[in-house]
Amino acid sequence: MMNILIIIPCFNEQASLPRLISDLGNLKLPEKYNVSVCVVNDCSTDDTKQVAKKLDVILIDLPVNLGIGGAVQSGLKYALLNNYDLAVQMDGDGQHPPAELQKMIACYEETGASLIIGSRFIVKEGFQSSFLRRLGITYFHWLNKFFTGKSIYDSTSGFRLFDKKAIQLGARYYPDDYPEPESLVFFSKAGLAIKETPVVMVHRNGGQSSIRSFTSFYYCVKVTLAMFFSFIRKP
Amino acid sequence: MLRIQIITIIASVAFLFLVFRMVVKGRLREEYSIIWLLFTGILVTFSFWEKGLLLVSNLFGVYLPANLVFTISIFIALVYLLHLSVVASKLQKQNKLLAQEMALMKIEIEKLKEEIKPE
Repeated sequence: MMNILIIIPCFNEQASLPRLISDLGNLKLPEKYNVSVCVVNDCSTDDTKQVAKKLDVILIDLPVNLGIGGAVQSGLKYALLNNYDLAVQMDGDGQHPPAELQKMIACYEETGASLIIGSRFIVKEGFQSSFLRRLGITYFHWLNKFFTGKSIYDSTSGFRLFDKKAIQLGARYYPDDYPEPESLVFFSKAGLAIKETPVVMVHRNGGQSSIRSFTSFYYCVKVTLAMFFSFIRKP
Repeated sequence: MLRIQIITIIASVAFLFLVFRMVVKGRLREEYSIIWLLFTGILVTFSFWEKGLLLVSNLFGVYLPANLVFTISIFIALVYLLHLSVVASKLQKQNKLLAQEMALMKIEIEKLKEEIKPE
């Protein structure tokens, strides 16, 4: 029996959450997987908390807004505390269809990697996002190759599967804001195997990306710096 | 005594008094007050000891004593600002940890409540 914890970091996702949870409930996975869903309410200003309370989920209700990294880490800490075998990070806005989870798990079974990234770019299908965002992603691909020596195409993807080792590491250290590319450097330095598998993503049902246009320059600078420091830091 | 001397003496003593008062009232922690007390002490010393500044300037090979004052005070201010950023980073880290612990504990409490609920 493998226990999987689905971690959904939420900031103002009241509109999309109920559908996502019901989709997850209808998900058919192989017998040996036992799925629990955990919603991390990152101090939303809308009714996310009330909505989540009515659903059949574990609710981690943060008293202050920690940002996406802090929210995901809370989920990882919960997974560690309750001895889960796998954890999956998934966006609360419906961008990551639950059905794609099967591909991630299949990739995990096949490769046994510690971190599986759901990628938009290996096979070109589904939602590909805007030009500027793609430019940024190309840049981070190049940067990641430089820092980790691995070719990871979708380093900003927030659709990820962690095994026990990765849960343990992530619970101990996880970056705060814009954590995805930086954490790859961190995990890779710690010697974890990272694999990417193509998934289809859809346009967000509601809510806003944590990366908006006017902050994207800051995003690039911050993430580049963070990756650099993660690279030279002793693990 | 020069007019400027009188002004600096009054200003620095008033500042010293302010720092003292804040520590007494508990608005400023002792560890942060050390640096302020130290600098105000230096200020007071040099406001009384007119020749001292000239002496130190000559020692550093600075032509105008005022330049030495500016250079040193700006440098110290920068170092102290860096220190404050370090303090803020530490507080943020602790804050995050506390928030997470608290949220996880809320779940534990709910679980316990369910368990002890009389059937």
